[in-house]
Amino acid sequence: MNKKPILQVEGYSKYFELHEQDKIIPSSHDVNLEVFPGKLTALIGPTGAGKSTVLKGIYRTYLPSCGQLLFRTKEDIEIDLAQADEHLILELRKNEIGFVTQFLHALPRQSAEAIVAQPLIQRGMDKTQARDLAREMLSAMNLPEALWGISPSTFSGGEKQRVNLARGLVSRPRLLLLDEPTASLDPKTTEKIITLIQELKSDGVAMLAIFHHPELVERMADNVVQLEPPIGIEKTLKEIA
Amino acid sequence: MDKVLEVNNLSKIYGKGCFSCFELTGPEYDTNICPQCGSVIAAHDVSFDLYKGEILGIMGESGSGKSTAVKCLYFDQEPSSGNATFFDEGEKYDLFELNAAQQRRLVNQRFGMVYQNPHLGLNFDISSGGNIAERLLMSEVKNYSDIRLRATNLLTRTEVLTERMDELPKNFSGGMQQRVQIAKALATNPPLLFLDEVTTGLDLSVQAAILDLILEIQQEQQTSMIVVTHDLGVIRLLAGRTLVMKYGRVIESGLTDQILEDPQHAYTQRLVASAL
Repeated sequence: MNKKPILQVEGYSKYFELHEQDKIIPSSHDVNLEVFPGKLTALIGPTGAGKSTVLKGIYRTYLPSCGQLLFRTKEDIEIDLAQADEHLILELRKNEIGFVTQFLHALPRQSAEAIVAQPLIQRGMDKTQARDLAREMLSAMNLPEALWGISPSTFSGGEKQRVNLARGLVSRPRLLLLDEPTASLDPKTTEKIITLIQELKSDGVAMLAIFHHPELVERMADNVVQLEPPIGIEKTLKEIA
Repeated sequence: MDKVLEVNNLSKIYGKGCFSCFELTGPEYDTNICPQCGSVIAAHDVSFDLYKGEILGIMGESGSGKSTAVKCLYFDQEPSSGNATFFDEGEKYDLFELNAAQQRRLVNQRFGMVYQNPHLGLNFDISSGGNIAERLLMSEVKNYSDIRLRATNLLTRTEVLTERMDELPKNFSGGMQQRVQIAKALATNPPLLFLDEVTTGLDLSVQAAILDLILEIQQEQQTSMIVVTHDLGVIRLLAGRTLVMKYGRVIESGLTDQILEDPQHAYTQRLVASAL
């Protein structure tokens, strides 16, 4: 591969120090991976292997315990996401790094199309234009038009997930983190989503994804990274010290 | 990214203070009262910065010093030490070195403040329109019809019925009084807005509407804001970054989603775990 990776994770580990319980819970241990523009790297492994923890560490929702998360920006500057200034992380989230989480977190008073348009408006796009693009994306996701104007709080799991995906894909970030994006979708909608993801890939979007089904990994992934649950769960803080 | 405010090592002590004040207080000692001299360390060594269009949350329980920090910046209180720089239209203002007239100019024109208690932010002897007019008169707008028009626009923006703009604030509900307070704070289009527990004590539906309004204003006008609250929900909704305070100290700071999902300090972990 002659292209430089957009993301290089070296020796990433994350453990949680729970003060109240006096415990340390390891979640991801010594993860190494690379993600390239226009390619999809799949994270596989059993439940508890720390797959989501890797994505959350890259997005800085979790503070990495050790390791380097080197991200190459649009301006070709290398940034360690583990150490980067918070303002810079917020800028990157706005313009370069997208995250489709497992569950949709939205306000119960926001319509589906407003939720999808939000990342575009945050980038400074005109409101009407953002709404138009949001509708286009929801339509591409096969979400019935009657639902666009209402809040997803009453939606089914699969409908919520499509709104979540639409929001992640609409802003076409340079790096997209996907946490089981098709877990609760029917086969027909899954096919639609796969086509959309392939389109984004051929546009050069780099992806790091967790998939439920081995068959999807087979079809979508250019690289596969296998994770194992870290050993030695639960040590007290005193034992460590 | 433009910096709007930089605060370094801000401290506020009530009492005469002694050499042990800072050493024997704080989260490790479970107190902010100095055991040697009895002084109250309301805030110590508070540092942060704020960028244009950003909302910074300051979270903590009552007595943690979160309001003290903001009141010092708004000149409601005088800090014991530390410095703060306000960057505005190419100028730099060393806030704690300004004279009274310079401070007044910033408060009247460049800062906005919304208090938990509307009695602190509004003059209850004059109409709500009059409250806005008062603030406009202290800035540059002097023409009566301009003032009237601007007040009407602001009250419309904050969804206060303009038919009632000549009524006294005491006739209004709590939520409506907060809307008038926000309209007044916004009258001069200030680049920096302080919000001190603005939704505490209001009905949930009113809270939501006011928080949505604050978010809309931030998006429309790129106003930088400091939001002081004990409410995790307010922090989650509004703030991009958050400071957590306890016994006058900043014990933790970070991206809001990180503070809520991966809190580092024992106190923050307890706080997040006790969310409803």
